[in-house]
Amino acid sequence: MLRPLDALRDTRREWMINRSRLIAALLGIALLLTVLVYRYYSLQITQHEDFLTQSDRNRIRVEVIPPTRGQIVDRKGRLLAANKPTFVIGVVRERSENSEALILALTERLSLTDRELTAFRERSERRRPFESVPIKLGLDDTALASIAVDLHAMPGVVVDAQLTRDYPYGQALSHVLGYVGRVSANDLDELDTERYRGTLHTGKVGLEKRYEPLLHGKPGFQHIETNAHGRVLRVLEKEAPEAGKNLRLYLDLDLQREAVAALGDQRGAIVALDPATGGVLAMVSNPSYDANLFVEGISYSDFAQLRGSLDTPLLNRAVQGQYPPGSTVKPLIGLGALERGLVTPDTAIPDPGWYRLPGDDRRYRDWTLRVRGTGHADTVDLHTAIAESCDTYFYDLAHRMGIDTMAEVLQPYGLGQRTGIDTTGEQDGILPNKHWKRTALGEPWYPGETISAGIGQGYMLATPLQLAQAAMMLANKGESFVPSVVHRVGDLTVGGVQRPPQEIDEDDWKAVVAGMVDVVHSPRGTAASIANGMGYQMAGKTGTSQVVSIAQDAVYDEDAISERNRNHGLFIAFAPVENPRIVIAVIAENGGGSGAASPVARRVIDAWLREAGDV
Amino acid sequence: MSEYTRFLEGSDRDFPRAQSPAERLHLDVVLLIPVLAIAVVGLFVLFSASDGDWNTVNRQIRNFVVGLGVFLVVAQVRLDTLERWAPALYLAALLLLLMIPFFGVGAKGAQRWLSLGVIRFQPSEIMKIAMPLVVAAWIVRHGLPPRPGATVVALLMIALPAVAIAVQPDLGTAILVAASGAFVVFMAGVSWWQILSGALAALACIWPAWLYLLRDYQKQRILTLFDPEADRLGAGWNIIQSKTAIGSGGWSGKGWLQGTQSHLDFLPESQTDFIIAVLAEEWGLRGVLGLLVLYGLVVARGLWISFTAQTSFGRLLASAITLTFCVYVIVNMGMVAGVLPVVGVPLPFVSFGGTSIVTLLLGFGILTAISTEKRILSK
Repeated sequence: MLRPLDALRDTRREWMINRSRLIAALLGIALLLTVLVYRYYSLQITQHEDFLTQSDRNRIRVEVIPPTRGQIVDRKGRLLAANKPTFVIGVVRERSENSEALILALTERLSLTDRELTAFRERSERRRPFESVPIKLGLDDTALASIAVDLHAMPGVVVDAQLTRDYPYGQALSHVLGYVGRVSANDLDELDTERYRGTLHTGKVGLEKRYEPLLHGKPGFQHIETNAHGRVLRVLEKEAPEAGKNLRLYLDLDLQREAVAALGDQRGAIVALDPATGGVLAMVSNPSYDANLFVEGISYSDFAQLRGSLDTPLLNRAVQGQYPPGSTVKPLIGLGALERGLVTPDTAIPDPGWYRLPGDDRRYRDWTLRVRGTGHADTVDLHTAIAESCDTYFYDLAHRMGIDTMAEVLQPYGLGQRTGIDTTGEQDGILPNKHWKRTALGEPWYPGETISAGIGQGYMLATPLQLAQAAMMLANKGESFVPSVVHRVGDLTVGGVQRPPQEIDEDDWKAVVAGMVDVVHSPRGTAASIANGMGYQMAGKTGTSQVVSIAQDAVYDEDAISERNRNHGLFIAFAPVENPRIVIAVIAENGGGSGAASPVARRVIDAWLREAGDV
Repeated sequence: MSEYTRFLEGSDRDFPRAQSPAERLHLDVVLLIPVLAIAVVGLFVLFSASDGDWNTVNRQIRNFVVGLGVFLVVAQVRLDTLERWAPALYLAALLLLLMIPFFGVGAKGAQRWLSLGVIRFQPSEIMKIAMPLVVAAWIVRHGLPPRPGATVVALLMIALPAVAIAVQPDLGTAILVAASGAFVVFMAGVSWWQILSGALAALACIWPAWLYLLRDYQKQRILTLFDPEADRLGAGWNIIQSKTAIGSGGWSGKGWLQGTQSHLDFLPESQTDFIIAVLAEEWGLRGVLGLLVLYGLVVARGLWISFTAQTSFGRLLASAITLTFCVYVIVNMGMVAGVLPVVGVPLPFVSFGGTSIVTLLLGFGILTAISTEKRILSK
């Protein structure tokens, strides 16, 4: 088969061919090797940083540890908004020997509904076998305790704890505290998304909303290493979260509950302030709602019911409700008139039970006309006019004062402007003058409107908080504080911010307050009925404000008009007169008259002074 | 022609000299040492790539033992025996290859295996050995440089099994088989213009091959090469992760057993075709260059054996085996680094798997046979 002769002839030539081709091959290899080495150099040296980052990003996941929300306590440290541990029962399929049997057992033990099971199965499809899939949410510790023993015997069952907001006093404090709810897409527009990664709840209304940045705290982070399947292998680095600040309120839980009880079923609001600080001691708006409903998302039917109710339970009447202040503004107008020399304490005017503007036929009736068919007395001075709430006197005074001066007199007491209280939704109220009417309504001011304004009717509107603030300034002889629910945030005092005081002449003040004392303590005072057995001196002022205006000659007949058109009853007060410890404003919506409000105020003040040891 | 060289002057002078054990076993120590060094390095890398699984490492050691056994046996075979049996081996391998579509066993959507009851084997692996043997025998028989007729026949001998393997589909092996044959033709001195026209003809075949021969996943792999980001979690995943592993290794690497890409399962096929990425990640560019030096020593020795072989058959065979070995290394490292399409070529002596180790060591056995025969004859 070999051909030796050919071989003999060609050996040298063949060797030469092979040698040249070997050199060519060597060059080829060198070339390819250069390309290869260059490629590895480029990946490992030139682009090293990029790929290192890339490989870290592959394996390291940053997980947010949400901070614990600050709690809210009353002035004595009682928890009003707490973080309650709730438990989530989850199933790790990988760890159970027979996950179907396990789920059956859990269904029985936890009495799971079909809805919960469906939700669980949907969640399962998206999770990996080593991840815990929640099967039962929101168990509290007692519910957990009853099944905990059994759970330990079931491999694959895990219990995760998380904190949820809890308002232990429910309705009593909802309007004060507000509530938190699940972070929504809208919330994220406002919030710093970095800080809220991992946070489930955010304040929606009230203190929870107003103090959100402080209550929330600072989230912590942990860098965890995961493999390609997402399984967590270890924690590489951890930065602990910073818990939110606790809020300590001026509010006293006992007083708040007393105030709630005092108002009972009566729609209305109570605001009680500490005149020494402007701190809110109690703030009630009735009807109320249970803030706990909102925490994990309120059901549609519950929300529709709250929202659709004619009683507007979601409205915080104390700061959002705007009512004609009625006669409660009389002491302020009287004080302004004294200060401006429009009247003296001795000035007396005749009171036939009605007032008529010069050159006008219309009679402005005093409330006594309906009750007694006559006025308060032949002549009435400021003291009587306040104590007995004489309308005729203030009709006359208003006319002489004029609307613009009246607005100037009332403005320093905060009417027509927000007090700046630290909650949400506060309303301005209305303090009308000529300019206001022209800009707001585009109409000129009519003289008759000044007359109504003299008794706090007409366009004038005030929130119960504004009335309480005005009462506080009266109690303090002009000294004023920004009303505040929160006393301290953590260690920092935020309440008790003083405003420039209103200068009030001592004699003028005494004249007005003497009238207010007789509102309660004189037998002819409009709140005389509450004075019985009172162990201290209270200065107050009643008010009745019309919901519907009554025609010229019609007579207000309480029984004849529907409940919702009945007059609002108002009462402002402070006590004890010499050394005021509490000021209060009460409004009884459609209560008929101030008689629905003043006993409420008495009860709340009693409770507070008893507490303070003054009674 | 060996009959002739046997009687060269002085060829009997050293016969009485005492033979070393290596000489008695017909071993080429200069070739064997870097091969064994690569094997040891490979075992370390494999230990890491398998997450410290001794079972995998032991199986690989067993593969090496079997492979070295085959190597030792083949090293004793005389070259003219190989030359004589080459056509028979080739025809047998071709027959088995052609039987695969009818009797083959599939794995992962490809039919590559034939089952003979107890043993399952890939005829394509036999072809890796048979191909350079038969082409070299054919060309040597017809004289160097081959005439065009002989070249065409040689090319047909190459093309037939290569296509049969490519349609299994096993593009990587097809390339290796074709390369091993083509290198013989190249070394035989086919003129450059013939090579050029052959290359053009091959280019012309790309279009029909793309249309009719390549499967969708193969096309996908080639497209992925140009834009791995197009399908990050699908076809691009492997290449993105392997590049990340290599790149993140830097100059000095993350340390043995410290590679995150491989140990956290981001890197696919980390024990087999993509094992160089584990080495690059943990040992850095230093390690890659070190391994390349070892491969370089093997290749240099292989080319030296070819250079000094006494017969044309030996020269052609030795260079074909050595150059094919180069193709293994370059294609594997190129594909893992994202410069070549992913075609399923293992990294020689490092990737886990008995088949490639045995086949490679068989080839190196032939190389040793060429080396030692030359020495015996020349001394």
